Order: sequence, then structure tokens, then C-alpha cells
Amino acid sequence: MTETFTPPTRFAVPGRIDVSNRAAAVWQTATITEIRRESPHAATFRLAVPAWAGHLPGQHLMLRLTAEDGYVAQRHYSIASAPDDAGHIELTLDHVEGGEVSGWFHTVAEPGDTVEVRGPLSGFFAWPGDRPALLIGAGSGVVPLMSMLRHHRARGLDVPLRLLVSARSPEELIYAREYGAETTPVFTRSAPEDVPVGRMAAAHVAPLLAEQPPGGWEAYVCGSNGFAEHASRLLVAAGQPVHRIRIERFG
Amino acid sequence: MNVTRGFAGRPRVPNAALPPGQYDAGDDWPVLSAEVTPELTPAEWSFRIDGLVEEPRSWSWEQAHELPASAYEGDIHCVTSWSKFGVRFGGVSLDTFLDVVRPHVSATHAVAYSHTGYTANLPLADLTGGRAWIAWEFDGEPLAPEHGGPARLLVPHLYFWKSAKWIAGLRILDHDEPGFWEQNGYHARGNPWEEQRYSGD
Ligand SMILES: Cc1cc2nc3c(=O)[nH]c(=O)nc-3n(C[C@H](O)[C@H](O)[C@H](O)COP(=O)(O)OP(=O)(O)OC[C@H]3O[C@@H](n4cnc5c(N)ncnc54)[C@H](O)[C@@H]3O)c2cc1C
Repeated sequence: MTETFTPPTRFAVPGRIDVSNRAAAVWQTATITEIRRESPHAATFRLAVPAWAGHLPGQHLMLRLTAEDGYVAQRHYSIASAPDDAGHIELTLDHVEGGEVSGWFHTVAEPGDTVEVRGPLSGFFAWPGDRPALLIGAGSGVVPLMSMLRHHRARGLDVPLRLLVSARSPEELIYAREYGAETTPVFTRSAPEDVPVGRMAAAHVAPLLAEQPPGGWEAYVCGSNGFAEHASRLLVAAGQPVHRIRIERFG
Repeated sequence: MNVTRGFAGRPRVPNAALPPGQYDAGDDWPVLSAEVTPELTPAEWSFRIDGLVEEPRSWSWEQAHELPASAYEGDIHCVTSWSKFGVRFGGVSLDTFLDVVRPHVSATHAVAYSHTGYTANLPLADLTGGRAWIAWEFDGEPLAPEHGGPARLLVPHLYFWKSAKWIAGLRILDHDEPGFWEQNGYHARGNPWEEQRYSGD
């Protein structure tokens, strides 16, 4: 390992988490084995990737589709499933209006179809399960956070984990049946009775920062750029140190 | 070739200006930074070049603006697959700064670093010869904070993660040292025309 230059600056980017980068170099064939609807606009695609090298919760992959004439469309997708040795991984895709890749998944894809993936990618937005995690996501931004939550459960970890997840309505909330006491949903358009409707606000974040575990939270924020800007500002305003906020923007 | 059943893709016109695997994002300009967007005012911004140079020095916002203006008009390419055509950035050519500090003959690489602590490594040859800028304007307007304002590095012939936002300085070196994404598995150089996305490409 070479020692690398550390800049003498005011803010600090949180460091990388040790992961192997070898697998990222190869494209592998992935076969769709199951499709599950999560909400009117999102579905989960289970893929068999026999030589999958394993991943850390929070990592993503690159996926590509190839047309008859050789034209290729490639996009990034977060991995929704927890790391296990099943030789399968799961992705959850929003159906983006007019979307080239998500459109294929939502209107054409069937079990038995194959696509290509390379990964896992990035040792930055990853949670090894070793530190208290404060997870904040919106829409399909909850996907990599779900991998963390599932990992936490599957391993019976006792390190604290909290999830704040924003969705338009209860129907649009991805993985609605899987959340437990660790999760607070925030609904922006319509909500069940007794639950206020509105944007994620300081009042949602403050109680979580008030109950800081020893050593403090590592915060993971994921969603659209607009949401990421909003949520990361709420965290900073509530006192979360900037260098302990990791952000994954879907663009 | 591994053809995907039933995938035709969007109607397309062949575009020689589009590097392999990229698509035209049109008017979109996605933001992909991994850290909190800093609240950095022009008065707080500074830019420094040091390391293997004759005369290390720093420039304030005003001092940098006294240097001859230079613009880039052309395309930019992000490793996440979008490209953006016909963009216009204003600032100062990096050659102008480097002429002042004078890199040693032994200098081969640089680490660009941001006010956030973000880093990116580049061969010095990619930063000279009119191919790199310190940019503070986009389309004639001040560069927005989420896009790296008040000022960012601009190296448009490489994938855009090399164009460090909120640029704070360059450390000039006689060897290559991986930066933030490069330590996270991304390619050391990042040439979009050779599709150098990840290490091993
Ligand atoms: C690290 C990362 C992780 C991600 N994880 C997930 C995830 O877990 N789940 C998820 O759902 N998404 C995720 N995304 C987003 C994902 O990568 C895609 O951006 C998303 O699925 C849209 O792709 P698409 O091909 O369906 O849409 P695109 O074809 O890219 O279109 C997007 C929008 O632009 C318009 N558009 C673009 N180009 C044209 C054109 N030439 N002509 C007309 N219209 C155009 C489309 O109409 C549409 O509204 C992630 C992104 C990143 C960067």
C-alpha cells in the first residue's frame, strides 16, 4: 500500500472502506430468476450471478443491455440484497418515464432473460457493519440502505442502526413490509391517518442525533441530488460532522 | 456480443463526438459528488500549487481573477455514462498558474485536492498545453456550489471525476498517487475515448 497525500483542508471527505476491486474489471452474465413488485413504480429483480465475488452492503454495480446492432446502454444500480453466498443478488428499479434501461426491465424483462453486470463498485458508500449507522434515503435511494438493514438483521448485529425513509405515499414506499422499529417513514404527498404529510425536516433528524451512540453515527444519505442536498444540510445543521456523512447521488 | 432479448434502445443517430458507452444527457447536468456540498464563499476560496516546483504559491479569489481569462467550449464526459455537449466554462488556463510556479524537470504527476478533502491524481501532461483550467463560470454565470463553485478544476478530455470540484490546490509530484476514486477502484487516468472507467480497463 502506498501512502497517499492528505490535503490540508477545512472539510474532510470520509475515507474509503477496504474492499477488493478485482471483480469490477469483468463483465458477468446475470440471469433474471424472479421479479417482485414493490410499489406501483418499482420492482425487484433477482439475478443469478454464479461467480459473484460478494459485496459490502451499500455498494453498486454497473449493468448493461446490448441491442442486436451492438448498441449498448449502461447504468449504475445499487445492490438491494445483503451479502450472502446464494450466488444471487437483487436490484430494485424505479420505472423512470421514458427510461431506456429501467423501461426494458419494467416492460420487457422476464425470468430467464440475461443482462450483464460488473462489480461490486466503490468502497465509499459501503457499510461493513462495524459502526453505528444512520441511514437516510428517499424513493429508490432506499435500495443500498436496505442492503445495510438486511445485513444488520441477517447477522444479528447489535451495533445501532436507524433508517429514515421518505416516500410520496404509503403505496409508493418500497419494502414497506420489511421495516421494523429501527425505521421512521416520512410521507410527502399522502400518509396514513395520524401521520403528518410533509418533507423531511429538522424535527425528523434531531431526535436521532440526540440519541447518539458512543462514537457517534456514520451517516449514509442516498437519493436524487435534490434530496441528497436537502438531507445532508439537515444533518449538518443538526450537528452531524461533515466528514462522517457519505452520500450516494443517483444523478 | 451478449444481445439482450427485446432490447432495441432509444432511437439514435450515430454521433462521432460520443465516446464509447456514453449517452447524451441533453440539458441535464447530473451531480454525483460523494460529500456534503461545502458552503464556501469566494472570499474563503484559495488555490495553491506546491510540491516539486521552483516557487510554491497561493492565489486568492481576487489574485486569480487578475490573471488572463480563458474559456473552454466543448464537451464533458462523466464515468457514470452521461456526456454533455457544447458546454461553456470561463476561468483561467492552468498553464498560466504553472508558468508562475515552474514545475521541476523531475515532475510527472499531480494530486488535485479540494476544499472538502477530495483528491484526484493526474499526469502533469494532462494538465498542461491548454487542456486544463481553473473554472468559475458556467454559461456566463457563476459556477453553482453543487457543480464545484466558487471554482473547480476542469480537465474536459478526461472523465469528469478528475475535474475536482471546490479546487483548493495541486501538489506536484515525481510519481503517481491514487486519489479518492482511484483508491476506490477507478482508473488512474480515465480517458473516455479508451473507456478507462475502472482499474483494469
Ligand atoms: C450509483 C448509482 C446507483 C443507482 N442505483 C439505483 C437503484 O438502485 N435503483 C434505481 O431505480 N436507480 C438507480 N440509479 C439510477 C439509474 O442508474 C438510472 O439513472 C435510472 O434507472 C434511469 O435510467 P434509464 O435508462 O431508465 O433512463 P434514461 O434513459 O437514462 O432516462 C432518464 C431520463 O432522461 C430522459 N432522457 C435521457 N436521454 C434522453 C434522450 N436521448 N431522449 C429522450 N429522453 C431522454 C428520459 O426520458 C428519462 O426521463 C442509480 C444511479 C447511480 C449513479
